[in-house]
Amino acid sequence: MSAPAGLPPRPSAGAAAYAGGPAEVAAPQAGALRRHNGPVQSPMQFPSGYGLHPPNYSVLSGRYSQVPNKAVSPHLDNQYRASYHSTYYSAPAQNVMTPSVATNVLNTQESQQLYNKTSPQTAGSTEGLTQGAISSASYLHTSAQQSYSAFGNHYSTSVSSSVASQGFPLNSDHYTMPVVSSAMYPTVSYPSAAIDSVYGQVYTSQSLPDVGQFKQTNTFSSQSTAVPHSLQQHVPVGYNSTLPTVSSAQSVQDSLSRNLTGSLTKANNQISTGGIDSLQPVQSVSQKAQFTKPGVGTAASSAATSSMRTPAPGLSPEPRSTPSFTQSPESALQEAIDSSSTTSSASPVLNNYDALEGGGYPETRSVTSSPVPAPSVPQPSKTSKPFGYGYPALQPGYQNATPPAPVQPSNPGHHPGFQHYQQQYPGVNQLSSSLGGLSLQHSQQPESLRPVNLTQDRNILPVSSLPAPVPNLNSDLRKLNCSPDSFRCTLTNVPQTQALLNKAKLPLGLLLHPFRDLTQLPVITSSTIVRCRSCRTYINPFVSFIDQRRWKCNLCYRVNDVPEEFMYNPLTRSYGEPHKRPEVQNSTVEFIASSDYMLRPPQPAVYLFVLDVSHNAVEAGYLTIVCQSLLENLDKLPGDSRTRIGFITFDSTVQFYNLQEGLSQPQMLIVSDIDDIFLPTPDSLLVNLHESKELIKDLLNALPNMFTNTRETHSALGPALQAAFKLMSPTGGRISVFQTQLPSLGAGLLHSREDPNQRSSTTVVQHLGPATDFYKKLALDCSGQQTAVDLFLLSSQYSDLASLACMSKYSAGCIYYYPSFHHIHNPAQAEKLQKDLKRYLTRKIGFEAVMRIRCTKGLSIHTFHGNFFVRSTDLLSLANINPDAGFAVQMSIEESLTDTSLVCFQTALLYTSSKGERRIRVHTLCLPVVNSLADVYAGADVQAVVCLLANMAVDRSVSSSLADARDALVNAVMDSLEAYMSTASNLQQSVLVAPNSLKLFPLYVLALLKQKAFRTGTSTRLDDRVYAMCQMKSQPLVHLMKMIHPNMYRIDKLIDESAIHVNDKVVPQPPIQKLSAEKLTREGAFLMDCGSIFYIWIGKNCNNNFIKDVLGYPNYASVPQKMTQLPEADALSSERTRSFISWLRDSRPLSPVLQVIKDENPAKTDFFQHLIEDRTEAAFSYYEFLLQIQQQICK
Amino acid sequence: MESVVFIFSLIDCCALIFLAVYFIITLSDLECDYINARSCCSKLNKWVVPELIGHAIVTVLMLISLHWFIFLLNLPVATWNIYRFIMVPSGNMGVFDPTEIHNRGQLKSHMKEAMIKLGFHLLCFFMYLYSMILALIND
Repeated sequence: MSAPAGLPPRPSAGAAAYAGGPAEVAAPQAGALRRHNGPVQSPMQFPSGYGLHPPNYSVLSGRYSQVPNKAVSPHLDNQYRASYHSTYYSAPAQNVMTPSVATNVLNTQESQQLYNKTSPQTAGSTEGLTQGAISSASYLHTSAQQSYSAFGNHYSTSVSSSVASQGFPLNSDHYTMPVVSSAMYPTVSYPSAAIDSVYGQVYTSQSLPDVGQFKQTNTFSSQSTAVPHSLQQHVPVGYNSTLPTVSSAQSVQDSLSRNLTGSLTKANNQISTGGIDSLQPVQSVSQKAQFTKPGVGTAASSAATSSMRTPAPGLSPEPRSTPSFTQSPESALQEAIDSSSTTSSASPVLNNYDALEGGGYPETRSVTSSPVPAPSVPQPSKTSKPFGYGYPALQPGYQNATPPAPVQPSNPGHHPGFQHYQQQYPGVNQLSSSLGGLSLQHSQQPESLRPVNLTQDRNILPVSSLPAPVPNLNSDLRKLNCSPDSFRCTLTNVPQTQALLNKAKLPLGLLLHPFRDLTQLPVITSSTIVRCRSCRTYINPFVSFIDQRRWKCNLCYRVNDVPEEFMYNPLTRSYGEPHKRPEVQNSTVEFIASSDYMLRPPQPAVYLFVLDVSHNAVEAGYLTIVCQSLLENLDKLPGDSRTRIGFITFDSTVQFYNLQEGLSQPQMLIVSDIDDIFLPTPDSLLVNLHESKELIKDLLNALPNMFTNTRETHSALGPALQAAFKLMSPTGGRISVFQTQLPSLGAGLLHSREDPNQRSSTTVVQHLGPATDFYKKLALDCSGQQTAVDLFLLSSQYSDLASLACMSKYSAGCIYYYPSFHHIHNPAQAEKLQKDLKRYLTRKIGFEAVMRIRCTKGLSIHTFHGNFFVRSTDLLSLANINPDAGFAVQMSIEESLTDTSLVCFQTALLYTSSKGERRIRVHTLCLPVVNSLADVYAGADVQAVVCLLANMAVDRSVSSSLADARDALVNAVMDSLEAYMSTASNLQQSVLVAPNSLKLFPLYVLALLKQKAFRTGTSTRLDDRVYAMCQMKSQPLVHLMKMIHPNMYRIDKLIDESAIHVNDKVVPQPPIQKLSAEKLTREGAFLMDCGSIFYIWIGKNCNNNFIKDVLGYPNYASVPQKMTQLPEADALSSERTRSFISWLRDSRPLSPVLQVIKDENPAKTDFFQHLIEDRTEAAFSYYEFLLQIQQQICK
Repeated sequence: MESVVFIFSLIDCCALIFLAVYFIITLSDLECDYINARSCCSKLNKWVVPELIGHAIVTVLMLISLHWFIFLLNLPVATWNIYRFIMVPSGNMGVFDPTEIHNRGQLKSHMKEAMIKLGFHLLCFFMYLYSMILALIND
């Protein structure tokens, strides 16, 4: 119905227009031309062009609002004018009614009013059309001009100021709190004639979110309505002005770190000769110190410290105790902290220093990282405690992201290995990477291959959570490699041939978390983004430079030229060092893309909420929570001044809300013709958030009470979605659907398919797939128009999630499910909804995204897992991307990798930020290739393997059957263990032995088999099962592992031994317990961390002191059944417990719900079903499972 | 009469050959990223039923005209076509589903299938041609 043919400046509709994939829009030549002509085009300026000329901007917004108008008005003319108008006057068969929101009564006056409102539009539609055309044309014209003039104006300034990614200062606590890039190059202008490449870049630096900054933010937000886009351009200036306040507080550290860098420089100068590359970074650090005066200390120290990440990630780079830095846990939690904050420019420093001093990593780090407590820092390599006492001000998130012991204590061969390498390659140029890998084969990790007798060794769980295996690369590459939190491979030693892979019986695949919240991310503004000319790979740390002017792609091995401006290094302000550029020093970088990467102007943030208001929904009472959350977070919604928002409600009809600025109150427009849905007033339904804020607030306040007396039980979800799609298709954006029951009317209606008697069937589980292709088609349509659909299903009965989930699965949305939701009867779910919504509304979001995964020639991807639409062989189309989305891919080895020693994988995620910037986030992972089976096992990453297997099993159970999937899981363990045992010939055949790297494999697979998704024999509702499957497909590894194998801790006797310190709080570290009832003693209290929920189980004879202090009740009997919070008591045990729980909470974006469980509690079964090592009536215990495997193998 | 049967079969077979070639071209376009999965699948799904009917007609025609050998030759392919069409899961958008086609090597298996069919139809084409000439001579 919406005739997209009429949309002017936008190059046709989404799917077709994007077919090539914007990531792949190849126009380096164009970029180069422009560059040589003079003005450097940086996307930073592109928006600022609008910003500096407010009239222009208004034209822009005019265009956007005109689009729907134009699109639909012909339609109104053709089809509806007759009916529309006539039905108006002939009241009996009213198609469109307009009770005003407040009165909720239809009377003639009001319909009159509506008529008045609508008629000018319909009658004057032709006029509107021409106007629209004119304005959009003029927009095109002027914008083109403007942008060029902007380039002209800013040519000099373009050098400056990229705001380090994450922190958009404007944006509420979620965005402001994170360590916002600080040490900026203040808008510096380089004389253009002399230097070809102008380059603004901020990286490695962490800023302090101080008061001044907030002030700045405020002023900007107030400005932002008037001068929308100039904002970002100016931010750095603001920073500079505010920074001095900080620097004074940090003067000690400043001087310390300055001295430090100075000494480092000297050290380097002494040992390295002039030509050696590794010398330069030092200069870069110190140079920076001169450059940005106020932030020197922080920049330099963090630059120096953060580089030392890989081998021993447990240390925090900043022990600052600046008051401003103690983040509130809430906001700190928003950032899953990245341990890979490589300031790679400093990394060679480490090497040399290291070599010079002859010390191991931890030592150097302790010197560099924390100027204040440095001497007292225990060396992690020598102590068995994961975290020492010496780090008083660890960032909570940082700690959590890298919880395990930095260097496995049980790995003595590790350190000598390092030193050995350093001696062997003292000044190794890490850029000759392909060479580097070669020499690694001999350094085995004997630890990961140590045979473990599974049936005898009962305590195989690690004390704290399991670390990701470190690829067996040389130390330089290892430091440069991508963080395992964002990018993980199931086999960190990639087998050379498919035959070897088949022999190992382990799946080869990648687990991605590409849009993870990062605290530190180098953001690069450059007019040319250097990419391989044949495979379009972005330049990365693992390419090799043949000489100064040429580099060899590490994926396709093509030799490319280094562009002229890449020769200039903005960090050191020196020429002729392409390998020192940040792109080549960091495996995770973000580029700000030029207009070559856009097919249309970056879209604004558009949010549409589609709410179920049928009787069932009103009964459940979710509307209050949703409206309340929205009201609270309205200002924190990511976006800029163009942000738009709209609401649709539906029962058996679809209600739209006119929120056009200027109305005295929101207007409800009811469309009852659900078979042929149309938009009553297309241009006033999605309104600018800032202009119509009052109306939106009115609506949100009124909405929960508007439908209290409804008798409507039907739900016309399909038509409401169609309407939502029509509303969104001109711009794209996010649709959030709240549904409480089975859709029963109109297109996409569903019937109940679940047979309750089959819930605990052991043989057949049917209806795991969708019943209709309506939702899939809708999702693909939405995806084509860059719209994602997020589903919140809050239902008490069967709602056919298998069908409904399709709308999110293929449009890159996300799915939330709240079984038996009720705002009063089920407070835990209500609280969960509240928390989820808070995160959902405020988290970062990327629009119109595409992701491409490239890998070294010889490897190919054959299956993708996650929520997206695969547009071509390696291109995923993601209408929206959010930081909680995970992806997995399965790979196969098509050509043998004999002629290479390293393989690389690169994901590039191109998206539009909520501020309307086009950005590309690139992750690159490098892994060694091995040719022996033992090496393959040594490098197996059991968590990644299990997560990939879970994804594969979900596919299998939908396409084949659940029983097949379960068999496949068991076979996966059996085959791989059998293959391992056959390689290790000296083992007894009768015992079940696994390599140390895979010792948890059987346990995890058993846990998978007992998951809701795959269990049989235990009563499982179909929706629960399907939801668990959806989660497996779309959760990133960290969250999925918690779901599969929760961590259990005993918390009644928390002691300070081996505790860690976070923000001056002592966080005890109890060991992880086996998930078995044998560990549950009646005298104890246990905490189970299932990712999205915490259970606290209290034993019957639990110490009364604990109950009194921690729970706040006199004795066991008086503890209530539904308890979801711990009181704040002064007692030490209470403090410890709470600090431990909040520490666990901080490690994840979603704040989990707490549930206290007593013995008689009905929720007890929920708790006990997670004790996966125990036997249930339908499933084996862990020991039995092992015996079964052993029998099968020895047969 | 017999010649009419074979002339018809020949024409039908030509159509099926063209269809098979069209399938191969479209799939390889998808493989090379010239078109996107959505349009590829909607293009191909349109022709699944015509292909099925076209082939079923020849098969039935051979049964009616009592050409047992040719009938038995055609039967497995016709059965496979029908089986494939019936077994499409309810949530899929046809035999070719844009959301699945890039997964689990489906694209390759579709390609292989189209190739095999092309070969089969070429074989049939010459067989019909021979039979037609024979029938015409006999007449």
